[in-house]
Amino acid sequence: MIPVAATFVPLTDSAILIAAHRLGFAAEAGIDLTLMRERSWATVRDRLLYGQVQVAHLLAPLALAVTLGIGHPAVALAAPFKLGMNGNALTLSSELAAALDPVARNRVDDPVATAHDLAAAIGLHRRKPILGIVHRYSSHALTLRYWLGFAGIDPDRDLQLRVLPPSAMVEALAAGEIDGFIAGEPWSSVAVEEGLGEIVAFTSNIWGRSVEKVLAMREDWAEANPDTVDRLLRALDRAAAWCEDPANAAELAAMLSDPEVIGEPAHLIERALAGRMALSRGGEIVDSPDFLMLHREAANFPWRSQALWIYSQFVRWKFVAPNPAAEARAARLFRSDIYRRALAGGATPLPGASLKVEGALAVPTGAGSDRGTLTLGPDRFFDGRIFDPVDIEAYLRSFKMA
Amino acid sequence: MRIAIVDESGLRATILEEGLREAGFDDIHVVAPTGAFVARIERLAPDVVLMDLGTPSRDTLEEMLLVSKALARPIAMFVDESDDMMIGAAIDAGVSAYVVDGLRKERVKPILELAVRRFNAFAGLRAELEEARSALADRKKIERAKIILMESRNMPEAEAYALIRSTAMNQGRRIVDVADAIVTAADLIGGRA
Repeated sequence: MIPVAATFVPLTDSAILIAAHRLGFAAEAGIDLTLMRERSWATVRDRLLYGQVQVAHLLAPLALAVTLGIGHPAVALAAPFKLGMNGNALTLSSELAAALDPVARNRVDDPVATAHDLAAAIGLHRRKPILGIVHRYSSHALTLRYWLGFAGIDPDRDLQLRVLPPSAMVEALAAGEIDGFIAGEPWSSVAVEEGLGEIVAFTSNIWGRSVEKVLAMREDWAEANPDTVDRLLRALDRAAAWCEDPANAAELAAMLSDPEVIGEPAHLIERALAGRMALSRGGEIVDSPDFLMLHREAANFPWRSQALWIYSQFVRWKFVAPNPAAEARAARLFRSDIYRRALAGGATPLPGASLKVEGALAVPTGAGSDRGTLTLGPDRFFDGRIFDPVDIEAYLRSFKMA
Repeated sequence: MRIAIVDESGLRATILEEGLREAGFDDIHVVAPTGAFVARIERLAPDVVLMDLGTPSRDTLEEMLLVSKALARPIAMFVDESDDMMIGAAIDAGVSAYVVDGLRKERVKPILELAVRRFNAFAGLRAELEEARSALADRKKIERAKIILMESRNMPEAEAYALIRSTAMNQGRRIVDVADAIVTAADLIGGRA
């Protein structure tokens, strides 16, 4: 058995790592996986960079920030496997939510109208609204900025974004320190259940197939240990297929509710896994089968175009100056080559391409794969923009004109 | 040099502060990582921030250090690639450190080394305390089990203890576990649970 240590943050999308460990998928692949829970992404990063763990459940944009050396000396990371797609929700305090459409499900169904309603509500709120984000370099922050920017809200001027660990959001909302937050599950569902706020947006309705957490490792470690990486990816692929099966949702929710994993009630965790979200306490249940995707549609495949989309947003929000070296580095963060090498000949279809145009699919579409059985679902951005990774400059210009 | 210690544990912060004072540093501020602690650190404008690595508030602090306009010189996490060993030791000990830009490595190194030593000393102390506490709890439990046996079976103390010990040996369990079972059973039967 090859020992591999991993960190995870208590979130529903740590599911694949937890299942790989607890259901023996890792052991069957010859990996002795040990898991360490952390509540701050900074600590996850430090443990990964200094070799206390070999792999981490990490925010994809943070993996890029580390690789590009933003706010930190650069350390090249490799992300050969995504730990899911979508899965975040924006929760607003009941007070702020009251300024939006009175029908809760209309808010999540129509992100265009909700963005405009929120823009109008900001000036009327008793203070500049403070929204919790889990990290500056998180998919949550990028999705929120993208959505707010559409309605003419400058996230750096019109409201305050405050960084808090996901598990601290509910308490901060209860204490009135924030007026809402965007975080992975189950934290929105916990806030809803406590009657503190209402879910007003799903990231899956802002970008139909959004990039979220990745399995991250140091690039030098990945290069030096290809056999270990391949075994681990095969274990995670099997675990992901198990996690995706709706028949296993209740068992998975119970596993994640363990005090040593997430420590919140299983019925709240199951909402995201089953795609059945309650938007307010005691309110209607909204069916959203794509709320969190753990394996279907090649959910774990690290499309290089998705790393490039993150890079485009880093440039847009001035986290990094545009430069070809950084762009090339971003494309290399997502290691579709390692994914293919590890899962060749397995049951999961492998996409033929490594780059795609993001946001172009309005209906489920067949994609080229080694087995011809891969269908990709609608991946539209809510504003209809299309991201073509070969012309990032033109893409960025389209935001300036708007 | 102004040093801020961000820590939840009063004892650990005290141990670290004492060490720093003994080493000749006298501008030291201890801040608990709760509420508006980030604003306090911003006002303090320290040269070095020492923080428990596992504190969930680290992301909040790092964000402030990154975007603060109040700090005259930006503070970054102390990472000198030439000194991975020291950073590794700091992370093993559970210390994270942030220093202002331009502060020379030779000036930071003794502070970090001291923090590592003191954090390790604290971890050792806590383990000892924990051990002592659980030993005391175990002794109390065994004492209660003995009394239960002495009263219910009318046997002398030495015999009661011998019975617990031989049961533990026969069943391959710890003495305290057998004592625990006796106490639990007695509570259930006696209706005290």
